[in-house]
Amino acid sequence: MIKLENIHKYFGDRHVLKGINATFNPGQVNLIIGASGGGKSVTLKCMVGLEEPDAGTIWFGDRDFHHLDYAGKQLVRREIGMLFQGTALFDSLTVEENVAFPLRMFSAMNEAEIKDRVNHCLERVNLPGVNAKFPGEISGGMKKRVGIARAIAMDIQYLFCDEPNSGLDPLTSRVIDELLLEITHEYGITTVINSHDMKTVLDIGETIVFMYQGEIKWEGSGKEVSHGRKHVPELDEFFKASF
Amino acid sequence: MGSRAKLFSEVGRFVLFMQRVLRKPTRGRMFWRSLMYEMNLIGVDSLVIVILISLFTGAVSTIQTAVQLTAEGGILPPDIFPMEVVGSVVGNGSLLEFAPTITCLVLAGKVGANIASEIGNMKVTEQIDAYEVMGINAANFVSLPKILAGLIMIPCLIVLANFLLLYGGVIACKATGMLTVDEFVTGIRSSFTPLYLRLMLIKSFVFAFIITALASFEGYYTEGGALEVGEAGTRAVTRICVFILFFDLIIAQLFL
Repeated sequence: MIKLENIHKYFGDRHVLKGINATFNPGQVNLIIGASGGGKSVTLKCMVGLEEPDAGTIWFGDRDFHHLDYAGKQLVRREIGMLFQGTALFDSLTVEENVAFPLRMFSAMNEAEIKDRVNHCLERVNLPGVNAKFPGEISGGMKKRVGIARAIAMDIQYLFCDEPNSGLDPLTSRVIDELLLEITHEYGITTVINSHDMKTVLDIGETIVFMYQGEIKWEGSGKEVSHGRKHVPELDEFFKASF
Repeated sequence: MGSRAKLFSEVGRFVLFMQRVLRKPTRGRMFWRSLMYEMNLIGVDSLVIVILISLFTGAVSTIQTAVQLTAEGGILPPDIFPMEVVGSVVGNGSLLEFAPTITCLVLAGKVGANIASEIGNMKVTEQIDAYEVMGINAANFVSLPKILAGLIMIPCLIVLANFLLLYGGVIACKATGMLTVDEFVTGIRSSFTPLYLRLMLIKSFVFAFIITALASFEGYYTEGGALEVGEAGTRAVTRICVFILFFDLIIAQLFL
């Protein structure tokens, strides 16, 4: 479980996160939704440690992430997988080397075991037979799947995805959404997805947090969104603009 | 922010960056692999340009020195100089300036721009963030192999450049007949000063560090997109050239 307690973040005198409180449950797809500039990405970056909040606490289980020492933070980070908006695959490495990268860095596996694990992960994301290709040689949807395979290569507890459907056609988007849902349930991990895609919200959102101008305006389950928009004008506006 | 405050801020950022870079690598095997790759990229891939620059600089400096010393209407009558002086001037010039400084100014353009653009591209495509999220010290993982590879390979290239400069001079002697190879070599040998060799080596390590560390720094703090990556490469080359010339002056003042 990940718990955010009263998170504040400033960039200069701009107050971009204004006391965020949220809980993201394990074994569920947790969505952070909202328009661009609403604070979703900053929240996600604070959670994965790419930004330091100015106030507040982020709990990974019973560990207060931002008050851990360097070694403690590194240990938490090894339980984290992340799918970046632009996939962030390493250009100079093949697909196989990309997925093997965290294993080579942090596991005690030998090369044969690493190869087995890589093949298992690539098969899990329905991408067998592309091991020798470079990221520049595969499509956007395939890159996303390689990104997911790399994220789950280690035994992660937390999966973060930043706009997993950006730049994808609707069919490929659905494939990625379903894959994320399956993986979340299969591995029992805490998945947090940043999205402004309402289709994703309706298809796979189990816990949803709606952010607007640095504040959480609404939270609930996917089934409750339709009801929630009646009471939160910003959510209603966001909902209408999405279709 | 005033220019002085900006300067202090940049120096501070560089010191903090180096603090993160100069740490024990996360995984020795991966670091070793990266180091070998970078040594090949910085050293072997720069061989052709270093060979060309050195041979031509050696030949040109030999011809021009010989022409100036034997020119009619110079400060002193041409017959007053033994032709060995040409070897002496070119030999010492090579050790003190041509081999370390000219080679490193060329490498600033080739190696420096390459490193800054590569790391800058990794930054804007979130690859650096991906390392950090995995729990890897990205500054260390990406930059340390490049800096270490530079410190190993660039001095080797400079030593090679020094020999090739002199060989360029020998070729010029044979091709123009302005002086004999014996006169040229005697001039080099008779004026050889061990201090100049030590200076060349000191410069080579200092310049190697400037090239790789500044380029890594510029790349690492790139923000934006493709345009900013290009700007980071240009800024890195400009700053490296200025710092090389500045430290060239400092070292000359300190040791000569």
